[in-house]
Parts: sequence; C-alpha cells; structure tokens
Amino acid sequence: MAIVVDKNRLTLNRVHPGSSVKIEYLEQSPLKERLMSMGLVPGTVIKVLRSAPLGDPMAISVRSYNLSLRLNDAEKIIVAPKV
Amino acid sequence: MATLSIALTGNPNTGKSTIFNELTGIRQKIGNWPGVTVDKKMGYVNHKDRAISIVDLPGTYSINARSPEEQIVIDYLLNERPDIVVDVVDSSNIERNLFLTLQLLEHRIPVLIDLNMMDEATKRGLKISSKKLSELIGMPVVETVGRSNKSTRKLLDIFTSTVMNSYQNSELIEKHINAVETIRAGAGEHDIKEEKIISLRYDLIDKIIAVIVDKNGVASTTTTEKIDRFLANGFIALPILLLLLYGVFEITFTWIGQPIADFLNFAINTWFSGIVDDALSTIGVAAWLQSLVVNGVIAGVGSVLTFVPLIFTLFFCLSFLDGTGYMARVAFIMDPIMRRAGLTGKGVMPLIMGFGCGVPAIMGARALDSEKDRMISILVTPFLTCGAKLPVMALFAAVFFPQNASNVVFVMYIIGIVMAIIMAKVLTVTTFKDKQSSFLLELPPYRIPDMKTVLLETWDKGKGYLVKAGTIIFAMSVLIWFLSNYNLSGPTDEMTESFLAYLGAAISHLFTFQGFDTWQAGAAVITGVVAKEAVISTMGILYNVGDVADDTVDAANQMMTALGGSFTALSAFAFMVFTQLYSPCVTALGTIKKETGRWKWLFFAFAYTTAVAWVVSLLVYQIGRLIGF
Repeated sequence: MAIVVDKNRLTLNRVHPGSSVKIEYLEQSPLKERLMSMGLVPGTVIKVLRSAPLGDPMAISVRSYNLSLRLNDAEKIIVAPKV
Repeated sequence: MATLSIALTGNPNTGKSTIFNELTGIRQKIGNWPGVTVDKKMGYVNHKDRAISIVDLPGTYSINARSPEEQIVIDYLLNERPDIVVDVVDSSNIERNLFLTLQLLEHRIPVLIDLNMMDEATKRGLKISSKKLSELIGMPVVETVGRSNKSTRKLLDIFTSTVMNSYQNSELIEKHINAVETIRAGAGEHDIKEEKIISLRYDLIDKIIAVIVDKNGVASTTTTEKIDRFLANGFIALPILLLLLYGVFEITFTWIGQPIADFLNFAINTWFSGIVDDALSTIGVAAWLQSLVVNGVIAGVGSVLTFVPLIFTLFFCLSFLDGTGYMARVAFIMDPIMRRAGLTGKGVMPLIMGFGCGVPAIMGARALDSEKDRMISILVTPFLTCGAKLPVMALFAAVFFPQNASNVVFVMYIIGIVMAIIMAKVLTVTTFKDKQSSFLLELPPYRIPDMKTVLLETWDKGKGYLVKAGTIIFAMSVLIWFLSNYNLSGPTDEMTESFLAYLGAAISHLFTFQGFDTWQAGAAVITGVVAKEAVISTMGILYNVGDVADDTVDAANQMMTALGGSFTALSAFAFMVFTQLYSPCVTALGTIKKETGRWKWLFFAFAYTTAVAWVVSLLVYQIGRLIGF
C-alpha cells in the first residue's frame, strides 16, 4: 500500500517541545474515545512539553493538566500550528 | 434515623482518597467489588448523632463503562442510589474534571460538587466562582483545600444538612441533555455519535469555564513544570531515578527496616523463644509439644515476622513517592524499556514492590490498564528477589563466596530481573500476542503527600504479610515440624529418617544435573514453596546447625562446615539460581489464583517458573563445569 504523505498534515508526534498547536481531528484508533474524553477534542489547544529521557513517550499540557502518551498514539492526532 | 449513605466519585489525582481517609480514618474496610479485582473502600463515621457510611468509588475520567472501574461507578450510582453523590473536582484542573460531572448530570444523578485543591488553583492564579458554577448547573457546590483536616471535616456538616432532592438540573443542563439525546436517537454509527457527544460536552464545559473562571494572572510556568524540567527531562532524569530508588532500598535494607528486623529477630528467636522454652520445661509438658511450640511454631512464624519491618518500610517509601506524584514520572521515564519487554511504564510500580513481597506486587498489578499487562506483570513478579529470598541469597553467598558475597547477591538480583524481562517478552509473543496494550498517563501535579493516606496505604499493602504469618505460615510450620520429626513408625529423633528426608530424597533426583541432588537440598526446596525463607531454616535443621537465624556471620561459619561437604561453590551457585527463580511461595500462588480468578494460572505460575528455574540452574551448573569451575 502506498503511503500518501500530505505535506500540510502535521501530527502531534512531530511538534517540537515548547510549541503550542490546535487539534484538527483524531484518526481512528483504539484510544480515540479515551483521548477525547480526556479533553483532546478538535479545537483544543495543546502545548508540547517534552519527550521522555529515552525519546518516547511525550508529555503535553492540555486543558491545564499534563498528560503523557506514546509517539505512535500521538501520530493519530492531526494538529495545526496555533495562530 | 437511617444511615446517611455517601458516595465519592471523581477523576484520579483529585485528592478524593485523601478526603475519604481524612473523614473515615481507620474506620474503613477494603474489600473487592463482586467479580472484579478492583478495591472497594467503605468507611463509617458518626457526626452529630448521625451514622454516615461513605464509599470511595474508583477514580475515573468518565463513565463510558469501558473499563471495570467505570462500570462499577455507574452501576453503583444507578442501582444503590446513595443519599449524596459527591463529585470531587480538582479545581486546578477543572475543565477535564467537569467532563465526568456532566456525564453524571446526564444520567440525572444529582451531585454535590466539591471543588477540592482550591489552594492550588489560587496559587496558579485561577479565580473560580463556586456560586456561579452552582447557578449554572443547578447543583450545590462546596470548596475544600487539599491536605487540610479542618476543610475536610466541614464536609460532614454539609453532608448532614444537604437534601439532594431539593436540587435539579438547570435549564442549561437540560438543554444539553436534550441535544445529547437527539444525537443518540439519530442515525449514524454508535462510535461516531459518541464522539459527537464528547465534543458537545467539551463545548458546554468551555462555555461554563468562560463564566466561572477568571484566568487573568495565571502563571505561565507551574511549579510542577519547573520540577519536571529536572525530574522528567533529558538524561539527568535517569540517574536521579536510580538514585531515588537506591535511596529507597538503603532506607529499607540498611537504615530503618533492617535494624528493626534484626532487633525483632533477636526478640523473637532468642529472647521470647528462650522464655517459652524455659516455661514449658518448668511446667513439664511433653517433649514433643515443647518441640512443636519452640522449633515449629515460634521459629516458623518468627522467621516471617522478622521480615515485616523490611516490607512495611519499603511500602511506606513507595506509597510516599506515589503520593508526591513522582511514580507517574517513573512510569513516564521507564515506558520505553518496559515496552521492549511487552509491558508499559505503569508496570514499574508493582514490579518494584516485588522486591519487598510478591503478594502486594501481584495485587498491585490491578492498577494496570489492560488484561494483558496485568497477566504478564503477575506472572513475572515471582522471578524477582523478594524480601524472603534475600536472606537465603545472603547466607549462601556468605558461605561460598566470602570474598564476593555482595556481588554474588547482586548477580542474583540481576538474574531475577533478566528472567522477568525475558519471560515477559516470551509471554507477550506467545500467550498474549493478540492483546493490545496502551499507555496514556496523567502526570499529576507534585504534591506533599497526605501522611494519613500514606500510612493507610502502607498498612493495606503490608497487612497481607502479617496475615500470612498468622495463618499459612502457622499451619505450615506445624506441618513441616511434623514431617521432619515423624515417620511411618511414629516420632523419630533422627531427622534423616523423617518423612521430610524421604520426600527430599525422592525429589533430589530431579537435581542430578544441577549438582545439588542431596536429600537436604530436596527437602529445602519443598519447604521453600511454603515460604522462601524456610529454605535456610530447613537446611539449618537438617544439617543440625542449631539456631542458624541468630546472626548471619555466626550462622555462616556454622553453615560453612555443614554445607561445605555437600555443595561445591558451583553447585551452591546453581542452587541459589534455582531458589531465585522457582515456584512462588504458597501465599503468592494463592494471590495469583485470587487475582486472576482461575486455578489454571496458579498451576501455570507454579509449573513454568519451576521449569525455568530447572533449566537455568542446569545451564549454570553444566556451563560452569565446562569452563572449569
């Protein structure tokens, strides 16, 4: 299967620490409903805090609390730079 | 008047359990919810002549009934209809917390909202109006601050004076419920509709927040964030983690736990045992009874009791660290390593407990998200060097490797850890290969732990060990005493002719290729299944060393002569490896049955660990011989 890379598509795992982004949408995944219940719904602003010392998982700040998730789960979250 | 029933609900990390502990203190009962391994915490308190019962429901982010915890919360609230449902909200994190609140209101469950941690919210520059929140949703709202006895006790006054029937959802909430019901009744896939409803809830939350929270003056960097730049960031985080864990083990095994354990050992095995022995001699009871009490019961139960200080100290340290919020960072840092073994970062905490005692470690696996993570964690815990294996390792190392004793003990720890990792990986790719595991973990704000909660948790985790000393070990001490003092023709003075000697001789053939096929070793292996520490006391008795438990150095000297004849350094090493890895003790096996609900897993845990131990000790002995030890 060919993988189509959309140049305009930014996923959460590629966002640099310190940057804030806005959630566009979430791709289907077993975690999707849990992520949304914890406040990661389209339109929500996320600040990327850091990667764990060994590179994975990552820590984000969302709705005034901190959450950690693995990079391959973060890849399912499509974001846009916060204007 | 009838008992007033209160149910506490709320997200994890809101201080809900602290409130529960503060209100009920030691008047609480921890049990199980029927059919699932989730703690059920009930507490009782009298206030102004009113009997109040409080249940601390599991902390959940939502009540979608996707996990056993969520199922328990919603079932309990809908079926039991408690007089007051308290929704404990972390004010510094009010947005996400209100999600659960809205779900409760959608079920038309009236809630008393407790805006907890108000002090933290204020410190972060958030001004929250509880009055406006109450007006907007139609429910009563109270404020409390974290870790304040006074502020929490005030809740009791509110409980006895609040009549929940007099409150109902506001128009705003009813309109929201209508919108939710319209989506549910409409066309479309279930999941898509649920996602729409989730977005709808956060839309409403955003509106509510805009009215009730004044975010002017919010500090851009929180204290937690500043601490995390040290503790969870870059490569400095790893050495800090190791240092902290090293500190925990130092406190447990050197500074506090061990000195108390040594004292207890003296008090029970020398002082108390001596007094009872003299007393029984004076009264003139039968010799067999005196022997049963002194050598069987006191020695057996005493050997377990002396580990109690070690275990309680370790659990106190771990509960304390957990209370600060640091354990979530340990999971965050360790996740990639644990993941390689097929586990998740959250599995670190129960495994660390396994160095104290396997029983709470196996029970601690409850906190893990998926069935697969729980099972693997439960099945690999027995490989770790628990507090009861440590004295066996220490003694054998002192006897056979006097120059390198602590290094050899350290190697045993490593062998246990490595086998746990390898078997976790093997179980992941064989038995549980289709099961998903995920890692989504809140990093809660750093807090100073509530001492009452830390102590209650320590007690809750450690008490299983006391129960074990009082029940199983008591019974088994009697059994082993009987087996080692009797044979088919009745009592025998020669232990070499006892039941235990025959049994030991029978199974010793299994260890021909491991170099320790003596009946004494065989008997020690049998008693070791009862309790690992029994390996030493059995050998002490069988080699007629006398009271080996007195102190390690003397015992080592005595053991040296006794063991030297039947073990070489290499076969002793193989025996240590076998003891490190083989079957968990009966208490741990019983816990495995209880936690998994199936006998199958008890037998599996017994058989596969013993098989692994047999193979690894064989390899150690044979390879060791080849390379000339």
